[in-house]
Amino acid sequence: MEIFTGIRDLVLQGLPRGNTLVLHILYSLLRVACGFLLAVVTAVPLGIILGWSKSLRETVAPVVELFRPIPPLAWIPIAILWFGIGLKSAAFIIFLGCFFPILLSTISGVLSVERILVDAARTLGADDRDVFVKVLIPGATPSIYTGLRIGLGIGWMTLVAAEFTGVKSGYGLGYMIMTARDIQRPDLVVAGMAVIGLTGFLLDVLIRFFENRSLAWRK
Amino acid sequence: MSLDVQKLHKEFSGDDPQNGSTVALQDISFSAAKGSFISFIGPSGCGKTTMLRILSGLETATSGTVSINGVAVSSQWKYAGYVFQEYALFPWRTVIDNIAFGLDVRGVSRKERKERAMEFVEKFGLAGFEDKYPAALSGGMQQRVAIARTLINDPEIVLMDEPFGALDSQTRSLMQQFLLDVWQQSDKTVLFITHNIDEAVYLSQTVYGISSRPGTIGLTVPIDMPYPRDVTSDAFNNYRREILNFLDSQHRRT
Ligand SMILES: Nc1ncnc2c1ncn2[C@@H]1O[C@H](COP(=O)(O)OP(=O)(O)OP(=O)(O)O)[C@@H](O)[C@H]1O
Ligand SMILES: [Mg+2]
Repeated sequence: MEIFTGIRDLVLQGLPRGNTLVLHILYSLLRVACGFLLAVVTAVPLGIILGWSKSLRETVAPVVELFRPIPPLAWIPIAILWFGIGLKSAAFIIFLGCFFPILLSTISGVLSVERILVDAARTLGADDRDVFVKVLIPGATPSIYTGLRIGLGIGWMTLVAAEFTGVKSGYGLGYMIMTARDIQRPDLVVAGMAVIGLTGFLLDVLIRFFENRSLAWRK
Repeated sequence: MSLDVQKLHKEFSGDDPQNGSTVALQDISFSAAKGSFISFIGPSGCGKTTMLRILSGLETATSGTVSINGVAVSSQWKYAGYVFQEYALFPWRTVIDNIAFGLDVRGVSRKERKERAMEFVEKFGLAGFEDKYPAALSGGMQQRVAIARTLINDPEIVLMDEPFGALDSQTRSLMQQFLLDVWQQSDKTVLFITHNIDEAVYLSQTVYGISSRPGTIGLTVPIDMPYPRDVTSDAFNNYRREILNFLDSQHRRT
């Protein structure tokens, strides 16, 4: 019950007063969207190239494996040094959280494309570009979607944690929860957690919607 | 167009140098006149697929030449279509989009692609299935899509690697009849690989027997019978026996 009154207070009055829930959500979403999209446009093409070329994969893999275990949050100090406190450093942290799962699933998606489909495309007149666009990408798409879902999930979790450590604008769900803690309002903390969970869930529903639409052939 | 293959030789070096290399093909020579139907039969592993892959440009020969109309061609040439035993359809493309793939990569407009592919849909008995995905089709239909997808590019030479190997015998004989019809209405040269003696004799003008490793042509049988062929006739039986004896001798060798 307290959660609902908590959410109502957050929606109507905001925390701090005036910073309403909708704005917190929008700021958090904006940061996630920037980091996530940046990860998508870099990790997907890179994953396709690495899935395609064994020698490149073997060269780049050690570098990837070195960076991957570093938790995104451990990058916060350096992100703040590089980009200052603000959208850029938040997006950078999210980007790091999303990047690796998307990269790895894209690589494994390309590797899962049967060689014979590439051969078939070649005998039908496809050049390298056609093979990339018309065979490797669609063939890897189911796996890419898995990566997008995992990546966005991790990105969302990372974001809220990143917002704990401070944001300049005074908006964001993580920031909102920390404010609630500071003023000793556990009901608002829990309400904030519920909103975070629900928003994360809705983001996943959104990706699954696109996934089902573009992967109708799997059924 | 005529195809001439001289002393084709293929050696796979293998990833592991300790294991040595595999000689898959040795001194394969034959020629095919324009519009002919030629089959290759031989034990598993004798290099039949390797030979077709070389002829299609998917693989390069260690040595030997392939000539078209007397002119030697480089490895990447564009006269041959390839039909795979596994169909190799794109699971994310509908029947009509699979058939239109070759037009798509050639930059033919969407409207024209659709029109031309639709002709093949009808001709290949796929009407009503054009918007289905391959997974929803029977094996025989999938193979028809694969053949249509190859023929829409109008290749002068059609390479077929055990295209009907995965079909049940009834569908198989329907497909053989279908292929004969398509071939007779065209001037295409067909190189056809099979494990099935009856299929080879029923379809081809010439059957080549390939001996086991290293693969080389060990038997040449011109089939001198009019189409459609009577599989119960004496003549058919004699061809059958001749090829069977050859295959038996190959099995005994290994
Ligand atoms: N890429 C490759 N690397 C190494 N060896 C290969 C390769 N491809 C084929 N071989 C070898 O070459 C030989 C001929 O293989 P191929 O697939 O051409 O035989 P096939 O006659 O088509 O057999 P099947 O009737 O079983 O299809 C085999 O010993 C095979 O192991
Ligand atoms: Mg084979």
